[in-house]
Order: sequence, then structure tokens, then C-alpha cells
Amino acid sequence: MSIGKIVKVAGPLVIAEGMRDANMFDVVRVSEKRLIGEIIEMHGDRASVQVYEETAGLGTGERVESTGMPLSVELGPGLIRGIFDGIQRPLEKIMQKTGNNLTRGIEVPSLDRDAKWHFYPTAKTGDALTGGDVLGYVNETDVVKHKIMVPPGVSGVLVELKDGDFTVTDEIGYLQSENGKKTVLTLMQTWPVRRGRPYKTKLSPDMPLVTGQRVIDSLFPIAKGGVAAIPGPFGSGKTVTQHQLAKWAEADIVVYIGCGERGNEMTDVLNEFPELIDPHTGKSLMERTVLIANTSDMPVAAREASIYTGITIAEYFRDMGYSVALMADSTSRWAEALREMSGRLEEMPGEEGYPAYLGSRLAQFYERAGRVKVLGSGDTEASLSVIGAVSPPGGDISEPVSQATLRIVKVFWGLDSALAYKRHFPAINWLTSYSLYADSLGKWFNENVASGWTENRSRIMALLSEEASLEEIVRLVGMDALSPGDRLKMEAARSIREDFLHQLAFHEVDTYSSLKKQYLMMQLVLMFYDRSADALGLGADIEKLAAIPGREDIGRFKYVPEKDIDAEYKRVSDLLIEQIEEVASQKEEF
Amino acid sequence: MPKEYRTLQEVAGPLLLVRDVEGVKYEELGEIELANGETRRCRVLEVNGTNALVQLFENSQGINLSSSKVRFLGRQMELGVSPDMLGRVFDGLGRPIDGGPELIPDKRMDVNGTPMNPAARSYPQEFIQTGVSAIDGLNTLVRGQKLPIFSASGLPHAQLAAQIARQAKVRGTTEPFAVVFAAMGITFEESNFFVESFRETGALERTVMFTNLANDPAVERIATPKMALTAAEYLAFDLGMHVLVILTDITNYADALREISAARKEVPGRRGYPGYMYTDLASIYERAGRQKGKPGSITMIPILSMPEDDKTHPIPDLTGYITEGQIILSRELYRRSVTPPIDVLPSLSRLKDKGIGEGKTREDHSNTMNQLFSAYARGKDAKELMVILGEAALTDIDKLYAKFADAFEREYVSQGNYTDRSIEETLDIGWRLLKILPRSELKRISNKLLEKYYDNLNA
Repeated sequence: MSIGKIVKVAGPLVIAEGMRDANMFDVVRVSEKRLIGEIIEMHGDRASVQVYEETAGLGTGERVESTGMPLSVELGPGLIRGIFDGIQRPLEKIMQKTGNNLTRGIEVPSLDRDAKWHFYPTAKTGDALTGGDVLGYVNETDVVKHKIMVPPGVSGVLVELKDGDFTVTDEIGYLQSENGKKTVLTLMQTWPVRRGRPYKTKLSPDMPLVTGQRVIDSLFPIAKGGVAAIPGPFGSGKTVTQHQLAKWAEADIVVYIGCGERGNEMTDVLNEFPELIDPHTGKSLMERTVLIANTSDMPVAAREASIYTGITIAEYFRDMGYSVALMADSTSRWAEALREMSGRLEEMPGEEGYPAYLGSRLAQFYERAGRVKVLGSGDTEASLSVIGAVSPPGGDISEPVSQATLRIVKVFWGLDSALAYKRHFPAINWLTSYSLYADSLGKWFNENVASGWTENRSRIMALLSEEASLEEIVRLVGMDALSPGDRLKMEAARSIREDFLHQLAFHEVDTYSSLKKQYLMMQLVLMFYDRSADALGLGADIEKLAAIPGREDIGRFKYVPEKDIDAEYKRVSDLLIEQIEEVASQKEEF
Repeated sequence: MPKEYRTLQEVAGPLLLVRDVEGVKYEELGEIELANGETRRCRVLEVNGTNALVQLFENSQGINLSSSKVRFLGRQMELGVSPDMLGRVFDGLGRPIDGGPELIPDKRMDVNGTPMNPAARSYPQEFIQTGVSAIDGLNTLVRGQKLPIFSASGLPHAQLAAQIARQAKVRGTTEPFAVVFAAMGITFEESNFFVESFRETGALERTVMFTNLANDPAVERIATPKMALTAAEYLAFDLGMHVLVILTDITNYADALREISAARKEVPGRRGYPGYMYTDLASIYERAGRQKGKPGSITMIPILSMPEDDKTHPIPDLTGYITEGQIILSRELYRRSVTPPIDVLPSLSRLKDKGIGEGKTREDHSNTMNQLFSAYARGKDAKELMVILGEAALTDIDKLYAKFADAFEREYVSQGNYTDRSIEETLDIGWRLLKILPRSELKRISNKLLEKYYDNLNA
């Protein structure tokens, strides 16, 4: 352990000398205030330290002490329902200790040291165990069975395992390795955030992460273990979309990282999630959620660490065999934190002042997602999906962060301010967005929802893109110039946009649509289109077809509760058939 | 007595380099004494070995490398606060300039503040009635929100901000309120407009003003919003008042930030603004809000002028990413004498959904709001088409939408600077306008509400 002295302070960067014995990426304690920092560069005996707390009041000559440990997180019972800052300090506990504002140099352990958890052992003494094997579990919340695992890299024969109530640091048993080395087991383990947790093998994603959001599930699905990006200018609904995904995504665990965003957004999650009921488990959504909050007014260096803290926690739950979804809002703020540190280090800048390693850092982060076979002797599969918001300046995605992100992600949900102005939410532009999983997941949808799924999807996509080209014509020569067939396409596309894609996050029913409901809605719109096209062929009037009252019922189908959808589908489709036939029978008379 | 240094090495723009210092801290406040006894304030930007890089808050004229002396005060910049601040006028650095007596402070607060613990925030959801339909009805303001006005040169943002300050109230409450006003680099005329407007309504004695006018030193502006927010935090969280903070003009603040960054030869981000401008602006805007267990609140209306009316310019862009929405003024509407010229489509209040509805405003608020937005958007599209192709090219329904859009701008948005509408009036005007459209077009409104409000209405 080495102790040095500060020679320079510039914002969050502190340079200390006398640090020859410290390691790169060691955590250090700076000054008497014991601020937390991390060594990010070494020159001779000078170490550059990024400090995770406000550095005002620091001066030269103050002491800098290396802890000899890399920045790590504590993994164990007590994570769920928690809200932590960028370096995993528990914000609720800090509030009890220091009041409503964050002061510096607070030392509170990440996981509560006093809370007792009842541990149910499942492994037997005498078992030969390796890293990742499950020892037993703790019922952390009503929903989450928190499995206690042998830490990666540890193996041996289980000599003792106790049943009972323990704190996270109590000994629950021990392993003895071949050479007689004894490893004490506790409910908690630690892991350095900058290193991905190991797994056996990586697999290709094959199942969708169902989100209950129609434009996503039906048109641009994301796979379990996939990566997606949501870029958009401010006010286009990035955060609402992220919140919707955190609420309704069919994952066992959700890790939500508020990285350099608004404080009130985290408050919103904290207030709202405990009251929302998860449609899959019937329990509160908070029972499966971990929050990491480094809001925009909190120290910038901790923002850089926050996404690593978040993904390490997510990987830990993945290792238990769960399907985990991680939302990071927003990766642009993370990149800006990287740029700020890079500037202070006087590194040669790349594009727009961002460091040259921006792309590789982003890729490393996103690559920690995936569907994997987890460690341990079993054959358990698990997945970690990552959804990152990007906030491009001016909404222009030609900037470096968006471009570096697009090179990695497989799903792109491009938000559009023009749609947002019309209050079409989610404002995901159907012409620019894409999902490279759409084909590979098509089979799953056809088998598990309805056989016509992929066909419906491609017909809807086709209608939307035809609408876009027809609109060009309308803009030049007016609606009257279109043939009745094209008019009908426009009407059908409008119905797709307004009745199907438009989804109200704040409506209690509309906020979540099951896959079956999504399918029935597509069916209704396409049925209107097909039947009307037939009627047009028989000489029916397009104006009358467009004006049938049954279309209003299609529009209201989104507000039908899940339990009534079958009956309502039958009613609306009968109504449509009847009304279209009626129009067809009263052909124009000359 | 703090140690005095006569080791000034360099002066360049607002920056000074002092050699051979001892025990100087980052962000420490300092004083420079000129040969004639005049003192100027400065702060430490960087300590490197025995050198300190110092930023002046005032101009550097008259500083002499051999005779000027520097003292470091062992504390950061502070503001003395007391309830007597109400009704007073201070300069950009918090010194009284209204000729009144020096303040006897209750306590001294660090102007940089400390970040609010996200777990300690309480979600803003109390509806503020501003009396302006385009805000109350469509972009609702709530207590503890930060809602900027994006304006541009020559647009009447001052009138709108003054109207909001004059009319804003939370209905059914009589809790103490206060206004904190910070002027950064604006003209005397504009600043005086606010003073007169506050005086007219008797709000002046409940107002604290910090003024840095266009001819005051630009670098002083760096401290002005921090002074104002420190005062606001004191009034809100120590004294339990509801504080409305008006900051104008953020563009001048950002330019001062750029000036210092350029003097330090930092690697610039977009348009020469420093890469940390997002963080810096956030440290101002995020000081708005409500806290658990505290009765007071800080509601913030920053005003910024968009250079070249460009919303993607770094200042409005970064602001929009931090604040909870924005009110955008439109030059086109202004030319057509729509007063206030609020462009409702790109305007947004992110916190409106929790502040409206039954028990807060009225049960039909959310539905009609969505319908008005989408109808106005479609109406504007129709009008655009009409310009190119003539009215004949529109379908009958689009003609109705075009008519709706005109009526909406005329009756809903353009209400004048002295009309104070209750939320019920605003909602009723909305229904009257929606009556222009046939019932089947109103897909965003539930049947129940249509029955109650639409069906009985005479067109």
C-alpha cells in the first residue's frame, strides 16, 4: 500500500506523487476528507487519479492513500429495491445519515451489514463445487429468489454449510480445496467493475424480450441477450420509452442506470415502480428492480463508473440463471464524462474532442450483454439484454457517440421529433428504425403467438413504406390525384399509425399490450384493408369505405382490457365485415 | 491575516498565474489588491505544484505584475443570507447595489451548493396555474419544475416571463412565496422592465434581485446564477417558501463560460463551448426541485435566446436535455401578432402528466390536451399543403383541420399579456375549438368525456 502527496488539482483530476507502488485502477483515498478516487494513469511515481467526489478545497501536499484494490461492487442480498450512486453507495442510507444533500467522503457499506437474511442451503456437504455453483438461496423479495453462488475462480469440496439467519458478512460455511486450502463462504461476494464476470460459453439469442410495446415487439423486436440503442433529440421520449421498457419488459431482473440525467426521473421511478404491478408475477415492479443513480449534478467522474457498476450487478444476476435487462440512460453522458477526463489528462482528442478510445470502450461495454451458459456444473442458460439511450446533440446522429453505438448494436429505435410534436408516442420512426433480430425471431413469433405473425409484420411494414412514398405524391399534386387503391393504402397506413403504433404510456390498459393483443390488432387493420380492397374491386366508393363507423372501433381496441380481447375482436371484425359489405352493395349509381 | 503573495506571473484575459504559493486549495476564493487599494475577487481554477491558476471575477484592468498583491481567503465563494434579502437588489457577486444597508447575514452559504440526493427528492406534482392557456392547458407547469423559455433576439420572452411571475398561483393555497431574479448580461432596459413589472403587482418586496448587466464584467456572470440559487435554496429549504427563480439570459452565461475555457486553452466541444458545459449547466438547473420533509420548493424559469433561432445550438440543446421541458417562442407567430407567441408543438412539459387530471385540474385535461396537440399538428400540415396546392386540393376533413388550426392560434394561444385565464376557462376554450371537428375524429378522448363535454356543446 502506498501513500503519496497531491501535486496538482484540476477539477476531478488529481495528480499525486510518491505512488510508485500503487497499481493501475487501484482505488485511492484522497486527503483527510477521504474522497474516493481511482488511478487512471501512471508516470514514474506520479499517478493521475480521477476523483469520484467534488474536489473543491483540495490542495497540494495533502495525502493520497492507495487501498491496493480495484474499484469493486458488493454482490449479495440487499441489491434489489435499492438505489445506489455511481460507485454503489446506498443513497437511502446516505440520506438517513447526512440529510437531503450529498456531502463528501461518506463511508457507508454498499450492502447493509446489519440486515439478516434467511439462507436455505441446497448444496450438500461433501459435494465438489466450482465457481458459479449454487449453494442455496435467500428469498430477497417476493419475486426474486437470490441464489448464493460459489464465487468465480473458487473450487473445492463443501465441508460445511449452515442453515439459518445471516448477515451478508457472516460465515455460512466453507470449501476445502485439494491442497487443503480453506475458503470461507459468505452471502456476499465482491467483483471488480471493469472486468466482465466469467461465463462458460456465449450463445446466439433466440427468444424475444417481450416488452408489451407494440412498435417494438411487432416491428422492431429485441432478443433476450440482445443490445439496442435509442437515440433521439430531447423531448422525443427517450426516457419515457426507457421507463416503459423497465416497467414491462419480460425480464426477471431489471437494472436501471440513470447516468447524468435528471434527478426527478429517478424520483419518478422510486415513487412509481413500487405501485405498479408486474403482469407476469402479480407483484410490485420494484421487487425486481435495482437502480443506479448518478444524476447530472453529481460528480462527473462517478458517472463514468456508473455504467460499469450497473452492468456488473446485472451480470451477477445473470449468473444465477435469470433473464436480466439493463437500461442505461444515457450513454452520451457517460461518453461526455470520458471526454472531460480525457481533456484534463491532456490526451490527444479524436472526433469532437472525444478520446480516440471512445468506440472501443463502448464496444466493450455492450459486449458484456448476451445469452450465455453460466458457470457452474449445471447447464443453465441466462441472458443479459442491454438497452442504451443516446442523446445526440441536436438529434443529429452523425456525431461520434451515436455512430460508435450504431456499429455495435443490433436494434436501433430511432426517435423522431416530428412524431413527438404530433404527440405520436412512442415516437419511434418506423422508416429509419431497424432490428436485425426480426428474421431470426420470426420463427418464435410464428410458433408461439400465431402462425401469421411474420406475414402480418411484413405487410404492415410494406404499407408504411408505401405510405411514405405516396405522401410525397400527395404533397405535390394533392390527395385527389391518387387512385382509389392508393387512397385505401393511405387510409390503412393511417390506421396502422394511429390505431396500432400509437401507444399511450400513461393509460392504464394501453401501457402494456400482450403479444396476442398485438396480433389481433394487426389482424383488424389488415382485415379492413383486405375487405375494402375487395369492395373497391366491386366498385365501392373509397370515401364511404374510409368513413365506415367500424374504424372508430379499431381505434378503440387498444383500450380493451386483456381479458376481453377475444370477444371484442369478434365483435369488431363482424362489424367491419358487415359495414364494408353494406358499402359494397350500394355501389355508386350513375 | 492570510498570507499575501506578490508573485503574479501572468495575466491573460480573466486568468492569472501566481507562483510560489503554499497551501492553496482548489476552488478557493481569493482577493487581488491593486496598488491603489482597490480589491477584486477571484477563485482558484487549478493548483499545480507551487503554481496557482486563478480566475478573476472582474476585469483585469490596472493589475500590475509587480505591485498587485494576492490573498487567498481559505474558503470558497459564499453568500450571506437572511430573510432581509427580500426586496433587495444585489450585483452579480452578491453585494448590495440598491443603496440600502449591508445585510447582516443569518448564515453564510457556499454558493456552489451540494448535489441533492436523488432519494431525497420529492416528485413535483402540484399544478401551478399561470393563467396562460398554452402553458396551463398544453405544457403544464408544476411546483419544483425547471421549465426554460427558448426565445431568440427580438422575441417578447421578458413579457411572458413577467406574465408568469405575475399570475402564477397554486390554487387553494396561501403559502409564502418569493421570486428570485438573476439578470446575466442583459440590458438595463430589460432588467428594468422586470423591476417595474414586479413593482406594479407589489411583488417587489418579495423579490431578491441579482443583476449583472451587459456592461458589467462578463466573468462575473459565472457566479451570478449560483448566487441567485443559493438565495433561493435558503428561502425554499430553510424558510419554507415557494420560490420562483427567473434566470435571464443563459446564453450570456454560457458565453462567459466559453471565454474562460478559451483563455485556459482547453480542447473545445461544439462551437467552441467547453466539453463540460452540460455538467456545468446541470449544476445550475438541477438545483430546482422539492425535497422530502421540506415545505418549500424551487421552480425555475431560465430564459435563453437561441442564436439564429437554432434549437440545435449547444446552449438550447444541452439545456433541453437537462430541463423538464421547454416553452418555445416562434418568430412566425410573433409576426402574425399572436401574443404570447408560444409554438406549442415543439414545446413540452415533462412533468405535466403527474400534475393534471381529476383533483388537480379536471378529469378531461389529459385527453383534450392530446387531442388538441394532434389536431393542431394535422391542421398545420393541411395548411402547408394548402399553400402549395390551394384550398381545393384538401379533403373536406382537412379543410376542417385547417380551420381548427387558425382558430386555435387565434383563440387559444393568442390571449394577450394581461389575460389571466383559469384552468377551467382554458379547458372550455379547448372544447369549443374541438367542436369544429366531427366526433369521429376525436380518437384520443374517451367516450365518457365526449358525452359529458362534447355532445352538449353548441357549435
